[in-house]
Amino acid sequence: MTDRFRIAIVGSGPGGLSAAARAAERGESHVLLEAEPHLSNTIYRYQKGKFVMDEPGILPLRSPVPFKAGSRETILGAWDEAAARLKINVRHGHEVSAIAKRPDGLFELKCANGKVVEAQFVVLGIGLQGNIRKLGVPGEDLPFVQYQLDDPDEYEGETIVVVGAGDAAIENAIALAKQNNVVIVNRRDEFARAKKGNEAGILKAIEDGLIECYYNAGPERVDALSVGRKKGRMILATANGKAQILIDRVIARLGATAPRGFVEACGVEFPSKDPASVPAISPQYESNVKGLYIVGALGGYPLIKQAMNQGYEVIEYIRGEKVEPADEPLLKAKFAPMPGFRSVDEALARVQKNVRLLSHITPLQLREFMLDSDVRTPKSGETVFARNDYTNSFYSIVDGEVQVVVDAATDQRITLRRGEFFGEMGLISGRRRSATVIAGAGCVLVETPRRSMNRLINSVAAVKREIDQVFILRAIQSRFVPEADAAQLADVVASATLQKFAAGDVLFNEGEVGDCLHLVRVGSLTISRNIGGKEVVLSYVPAGNYVGEMALLGDSKRSATARASIATETVRLTGESFKKLVARMPVLKLRLQAEYRQRAAANLAMQALPSGGDVIQFLLSQGAGEATDILLIDESLCVRCDNCEKACAETHGGTSRLDREAGPTYASVHVPTSCRHCEHPHCMKDCPPDAIRRAPNGEVYIADNCIGCGNCERNCPYGVIHMASKPPKKPGLLSWLLLGLGPGPGEAPVDPKKKKEAKEKKAVKCDMCKDVGGGPACVRACPTGAAIRISPEEFPAYAQSRR
Amino acid sequence: MSARHESILNHARSRYFWVALALSLASIVAYVWHAPDVGPNGGTWLGYTLGTIAALLIVWLMLFGVRKRSYSGAGGTLRGWLSAHVYLGTSLILIALLHCGFQFGWNLHTFCLVLMLVVIFSGFFGVYSYLRYPTLMTRNRESATRAAMLEEIGELDQNALALADGIDPKIHAIVLRSIQNTRLGGGVFSQLSARDDSDAALASVRAAIAARETQAKATTNPQSGQTIFAMVDFLASGANDRQTEALRKLIDLLSQKKAIATRVARDIQYQAVMEIWLYVHVPLSFGLLAALIGHVVSVFFYW
Ligand SMILES: Cc1cc2nc3c(=O)[nH]c(=O)nc-3n(C[C@H](O)[C@H](O)[C@H](O)COP(=O)(O)OP(=O)(O)OC[C@H]3O[C@@H](n4cnc5c(N)ncnc54)[C@H](O)[C@@H]3O)c2cc1C
Ligand code: HEM
Ligand code: SF4
Ligand code: SF4
Repeated sequence: MTDRFRIAIVGSGPGGLSAAARAAERGESHVLLEAEPHLSNTIYRYQKGKFVMDEPGILPLRSPVPFKAGSRETILGAWDEAAARLKINVRHGHEVSAIAKRPDGLFELKCANGKVVEAQFVVLGIGLQGNIRKLGVPGEDLPFVQYQLDDPDEYEGETIVVVGAGDAAIENAIALAKQNNVVIVNRRDEFARAKKGNEAGILKAIEDGLIECYYNAGPERVDALSVGRKKGRMILATANGKAQILIDRVIARLGATAPRGFVEACGVEFPSKDPASVPAISPQYESNVKGLYIVGALGGYPLIKQAMNQGYEVIEYIRGEKVEPADEPLLKAKFAPMPGFRSVDEALARVQKNVRLLSHITPLQLREFMLDSDVRTPKSGETVFARNDYTNSFYSIVDGEVQVVVDAATDQRITLRRGEFFGEMGLISGRRRSATVIAGAGCVLVETPRRSMNRLINSVAAVKREIDQVFILRAIQSRFVPEADAAQLADVVASATLQKFAAGDVLFNEGEVGDCLHLVRVGSLTISRNIGGKEVVLSYVPAGNYVGEMALLGDSKRSATARASIATETVRLTGESFKKLVARMPVLKLRLQAEYRQRAAANLAMQALPSGGDVIQFLLSQGAGEATDILLIDESLCVRCDNCEKACAETHGGTSRLDREAGPTYASVHVPTSCRHCEHPHCMKDCPPDAIRRAPNGEVYIADNCIGCGNCERNCPYGVIHMASKPPKKPGLLSWLLLGLGPGPGEAPVDPKKKKEAKEKKAVKCDMCKDVGGGPACVRACPTGAAIRISPEEFPAYAQSRR
Repeated sequence: MSARHESILNHARSRYFWVALALSLASIVAYVWHAPDVGPNGGTWLGYTLGTIAALLIVWLMLFGVRKRSYSGAGGTLRGWLSAHVYLGTSLILIALLHCGFQFGWNLHTFCLVLMLVVIFSGFFGVYSYLRYPTLMTRNRESATRAAMLEEIGELDQNALALADGIDPKIHAIVLRSIQNTRLGGGVFSQLSARDDSDAALASVRAAIAARETQAKATTNPQSGQTIFAMVDFLASGANDRQTEALRKLIDLLSQKKAIATRVARDIQYQAVMEIWLYVHVPLSFGLLAALIGHVVSVFFYW
């Protein structure tokens, strides 16, 4: 039997639930289809007792369902209560597997349990978590087969099979092995997908016999047993035939299937292949499929409150009501300083009309873009940002003009006018600003943070194309010939291409004939030579610099090998066009030669000390190539007093963000576990409130609006982020010294309320003591000078200082 | 911050070495030039000047302990402070001797001087250990952490026990006894690492002594030697073949464990050496401060 409703809402997350609640309140015929036996699976799966935050604080909530910051349990309780009170027509266990629009205009929603629902409108609120991948074999739904592990200490003395080879599987297996007999089943013959630390951990546990591992094996069947001591058994298909394990529990951590495939199958288009891109939707949240609406995280709004507001609004839109979006007051406040501001709509139109780059995007995208951005109206002569600032936001000029100081010595300036943009260099290369920008008359700018800009670049191809073109022109201009104008560079720019290299890829080899020059745009390179049959690293080339010019100017053979030290992107200039440019601009030749002499001298110095190259190689193999500032400890000076950790804890609320002992060592150079302030920080990738920022001096830090979701902790490959709650106050040094009050320096403060209430845990990491002054406390507190922080540019000098 | 590692001795191109040297030379020149009729002593104007400098230096040297614990705010790197501490502290020997004009006696003043010298020479030992032991420690560890080594010992113990269990109750008992006799693990480790160094010196001295004891035990551990001998005996006496194999493995395990235990013991010892001298240096420096006050007061009292 098929049911028919006016509105079918798929997914009962904050977005879907709020939509269903509004529909119920308005007396609409509706159904809420939820795959799980409970509401809001994403929130349901948060850790027990997690403190859920209601960022952004300034955004008002608009929904019949209540939501205030609080523990996971309170929030889920309030939602269950609201669903019952409002008589929401919710159907659990209905996982929608296909949505098709029939010729009669009605949607047909097929569920995995065989039920079919018809509806005039569909609201899709299935979030981004995707569907947990199940075992896919008979017995996958038995009660002792689970797909999540909240608390490993809950189990004791059991035989547990963990299926999977990713970080989650490994972490679970290792944690469970403390008190249980653990078997891990890996489909492949290695654990290469996992983080380095986890890989090492599991291999060690297997080697020590703590965990048994079946490689190249997969489950075939799980059966429940009614006799015997064990609850069930698992049949495994292995390379050597079948194996049977008697078990108490199966924990499968196989990841989730991204919802994108399902959404695309519904007919919804995504603007690009990039996994970060979100479907284009109208200001009314309608997708390209008429009548199919998208709200919440799936539409690119990764916070609970935003999702709930959209749920409410989408029902109003479907009913044909005009509602002022809940973010309208926020936008109004943003645009208020803009001269001649009348209404938000008009201001948005003005931005879009004036800035060509933004003409490529939909009105909803523009709204979202503006919500993340800030309107700036600097006075004429004010500095927008200074050369060597380490900010990474992007600026569009809505009105007026700015001046870019391309050459500070001669105060040579370029004027950028209405409709142009700047700041793309820092954004793309992840490095310091390459020039100072000064506001001109009547200047109105839109400043957009890195994440929103990257999202836009990744989801709108036209935006990417335009920015790349401008980038190439400006990179060539600023690096080689600031005195040339766009017209003079037109043919070099036209022949330039963007090239990508994976870590370790060779750009060119020593001895090859050179036919091009590379300007590094993202990432970094190493320059090495074959000396006595061994590749010796001579120098490190960060983004913003070029390689390969010499083969074009003088001898045509490459004098060294250039290799990407991390994922790298270059602007490749053909030899021919570059030679023409040099011929036209004699100053360029002089400039290149001067720079070459410096490089050659530095290389010669390194060559004299071939073992110095080994230190660089070691550091690069630790991923230091993507660092901007890395903590190194000289173990021949370190007296293991841990004053560095104490200093960190003391200046950062009682938890040290640095683990001195953990980490690799080579020739007494120790790389402790501490943030490297990466050029393109992995931790920034999936932060829902965009709380991870870069300060003007380069420090990557986490702002107060962190919601404690733990994504960054998982995304950082170097394991330097922890989740911690705010510590209580400590008495000062003097009262400890004189009166013995409270915990001493470097000790964690005691918490009287410990464990009594749900405390908000937030991500903490090294912020290089940006708020303390005087430089990083760990370095300043090291009595013997064993701890220093350096940047990769300094590696060659550093390697030379250690012989 | 420069892109290199510098030790406390060559910090900022040994700036404080030159400062200390200049201070010393100036004192010597003044001393030689001054030559008072009564012979040089603390009561002359130069004696007072040098005495004041020395007293101020001592107070400033004590302030190092405060600086070490004030982690926030400015005030230069601790390395710079320690570099200055070492060089200026050393120059204190000369300044104090010139201050008293090489006049000694059985009194508070000379006691004060001796105390100061003991503090200074313990400082010399500290610098020596800071320069020597870190490298030894790194080499000894072979890039494992101490926690990892202790964990490994625990695992080896478990494996050995399990293996012994399958061989013979007697062997099991021997292995068990040898495990119980290895007093490395939790006790000492937690004492040393979870030590509250703001606490009185006492606890840590005890810990360090314990550490040395363990070290002695682990390097010349008669028990584990005996275990191996007992098993070799057992082997020679010709037990059956399967057990022979198991016993060979057991001996491997036990020797492996012994090697790691020795390394841990040495690790603990190195660290203890780098810390223990501070338990002479710091309390005596407080004693010195007290004696110094006494010295100054008594001088004015006799005046
Ligand atoms: C660990 C963690 C902590 C977080 N903490 C916070 C916080 O403190 N504050 C905050 O504002 N945000 C937080 N977030 C983000 C927040 O959880 C999401 O933004 C929000 O849940 C998105 O809501 P949604 O309605 O779009 O989708 P979701 O909440 O993901 O809900 C989707 C629902 O759809 C169901 N579903 C999926 N597919 C189907 C299908 N085919 N058929 C039927 N049903 C389906 C799912 O079972 C689920 O119930 C956190 C996220 C994580 C992962
Ligand atoms: C009268 C002279 C001196 C006094 C009063 C004095 C006092 C101190 C004090 C109070 C500390 C702080 C220890 C702590 O709080 O942990 C200290 C540390 C130290 N002192 Fe001295 N000191 C003196 C001379 C010297 C000399 C001459 C040397 C070396 C040549 C020296 C070397 C050291 C070293 C290496 C440390 C340890 C630094 C550390 O690891 O924290 N001291 N001293
Ligand atoms: S937290 Fe990790 S990913 Fe982020 S900047 Fe630091 S090292 Fe890089
Ligand atoms: S900082 Fe980390 S934990 Fe906090 S919100 Fe961002 S990703 Fe989540």
